[in-house]
Amino acid sequence: MRETPLSNCERQFLLKAIEEKKRLDGRQTYDYRNIKITFGTDYGCCVVDVGKTRVLAQVSCELVAPKDNRPTEGIMFINLELSPMASPAFESGRQSELHVTLNRLLERCLRNSKCLDTESLCVVSGEKVWKIRIDVHVLNHDGNIMDAASIAAITALCHFRRPDVGIQGEEVTIYTPEERDLIPLSIYHMPVSVSFSFFQQGTFLLVDPCEREERVMDGLLVIAMNKHREICSIQSSGGIMLLKEQVLRCSKIASVKVCEITELINKALENDRKVRKEGGKFGFAESMAKERITALKSEIAPVEMIDIEEKAEDIICRTGAPCDTVPSPVVRAPGTGQVGEGLQNAWGLDEMEEEEEEEEDDIEQGGPEKQPESETITSKKGDVVVISDSEEEEVVILHQGVEVKDFREEMSSGQKQATSASKKKKKKRKLAH
Amino acid sequence: MAGLELLSDQGYRLDGRKPSELRKVQARMGVFTQADGSAYIEQGNTKALAVVYGPHEVRGSRSKALHDRAVINCQYSMATFSTAERKRRPHGDRKSSEMSLHLKQTFEAAVLTSLYPRSQIDIFVKILQSDGGNYSACVNAATLAVIDAGIPMRDYVCACSAGFVENTAVVDLCHAEESGGGTVMSLALLPRGGQVALVQMDARLHQDHLDALMEAAMTACRSLGQVLDGVVRQHLQEVSVLTAE
Repeated sequence: MRETPLSNCERQFLLKAIEEKKRLDGRQTYDYRNIKITFGTDYGCCVVDVGKTRVLAQVSCELVAPKDNRPTEGIMFINLELSPMASPAFESGRQSELHVTLNRLLERCLRNSKCLDTESLCVVSGEKVWKIRIDVHVLNHDGNIMDAASIAAITALCHFRRPDVGIQGEEVTIYTPEERDLIPLSIYHMPVSVSFSFFQQGTFLLVDPCEREERVMDGLLVIAMNKHREICSIQSSGGIMLLKEQVLRCSKIASVKVCEITELINKALENDRKVRKEGGKFGFAESMAKERITALKSEIAPVEMIDIEEKAEDIICRTGAPCDTVPSPVVRAPGTGQVGEGLQNAWGLDEMEEEEEEEEDDIEQGGPEKQPESETITSKKGDVVVISDSEEEEVVILHQGVEVKDFREEMSSGQKQATSASKKKKKKRKLAH
Repeated sequence: MAGLELLSDQGYRLDGRKPSELRKVQARMGVFTQADGSAYIEQGNTKALAVVYGPHEVRGSRSKALHDRAVINCQYSMATFSTAERKRRPHGDRKSSEMSLHLKQTFEAAVLTSLYPRSQIDIFVKILQSDGGNYSACVNAATLAVIDAGIPMRDYVCACSAGFVENTAVVDLCHAEESGGGTVMSLALLPRGGQVALVQMDARLHQDHLDALMEAAMTACRSLGQVLDGVVRQHLQEVSVLTAE
């Protein structure tokens, strides 16, 4: 299903706001949205919320034969899934550009930076090694999936516990969790990616773009770092032209952000460890607050409210008075009508003149009716209704009711217009005379 | 490859180059008659072939056509015999798709696509022998092919890979240096304006070294740009001499 295209006015609004250093949700240029990390009941299961973007990561392990060219190393396999659950734009089963990009970025960020000690995953060299599989599923797409996915992946890796293995001669025993405690993986460092989006050919940059901002951005720069200020991966995409200084500046901003995020991850891991040790309840169900609206609610956005009253008053003063309410959007120009409504036939004006001269007074007494389209049914225009200009016909109104009133209005309005037209003609005639 | 010394004490690399030295570049333009533009480049042992078709009408679905620009379609593939072990899947795997995407983005930034609305430019690149610097060879070959096809570009797009070994920035990495586990950065540059069209880096590098690494890569790209410029001018001379008679 194709996603709804972004309208031009929305795009211009977003770009204009970014030029004035304002974001839709009131954030500053370098601010992240609220990051929330929760763990499931199993080890290695983690859900990360960055604002409304929600991503789930699950780590699992199994014993397999190692790769031929690396007999003493374990295998790490990373997979990111974009399901239609996250956004109607994602189609299941098809590898879109975004899917490939995100997968490759995540792979490079985690595998090439060697965050996991693969040598420790070896059980029997050349025969059995642990294969660690990280599955990341995007549950809700509100921009910046990459950062959420990288946080989820590394947190899940840190959270995961694998079964203990005992080797006695030729025998390899895998102990169940009841026999021996599960042991955590050995993680060297925690790479976290930070996304920078560029607008207006690289003039403006924003950290952590939301979905709307992602739609109007020119390009994206993703920098993955760890808290020791080591850059794990840089990737620019989108065909923007960058200058070296911009890349260096972004790396400095990224190092600050990564430190904050790493602290958050460590705190979350610590909390979870404490809860599990104390025997308290843990898991997703616990992390969701009860009796509270969870969906369709928005948090208080820190929008700038300085001198908003003056601005509002200024705008109110400058605008004109609102026009009278129009109940029906149809505006009837003089001499027009729709099928079924029927206006006064204005052909036989000369004949009608004399008749109308008598009726004029009645009509004018009947009450003012300035706009032909207002349905002030209360004011009736005279009792005499001329339906047709033909003197031979006798039209009898059978059904009294609203329709007739409207009809009458139309007649009278048409009449009025005909009247005014005939008045003008009379004046002309008088002048002529 | 733990025993291999990537940088000797005298400052020489595995193949005897200095850290800031590029490999020998040999390039030919107009190698195929069927295509609108074609080029072949050899950077050391890495051999890449690029072919350009276009600008022509959008093939396939009309909906892909952009009303104000040309669509650039890139395909990157490696020959099965290009690596030491025979490659089983030359197309369609994730790495190839990623490379194709990056090539497309690089050239969308460099080619003046607004001159050809509602049309499509196809760039096909194939690696015949892979010895490190695949992406750079592709970009350089594609640049020459686009120039051969007569499609206007903002500037030459020159790409080079760079790494960091023992606190020295080394440029134009060969396969052994790339797979040694150190940092590998690929950079595509438009030399005249100093604008970076694409930057890609893997493996850990301390933030303080980033500046030096980028600077080394950009200098290497600039010298490569001069080499490509020389190739283009020579080709033009040859062609004009041949067609003058």
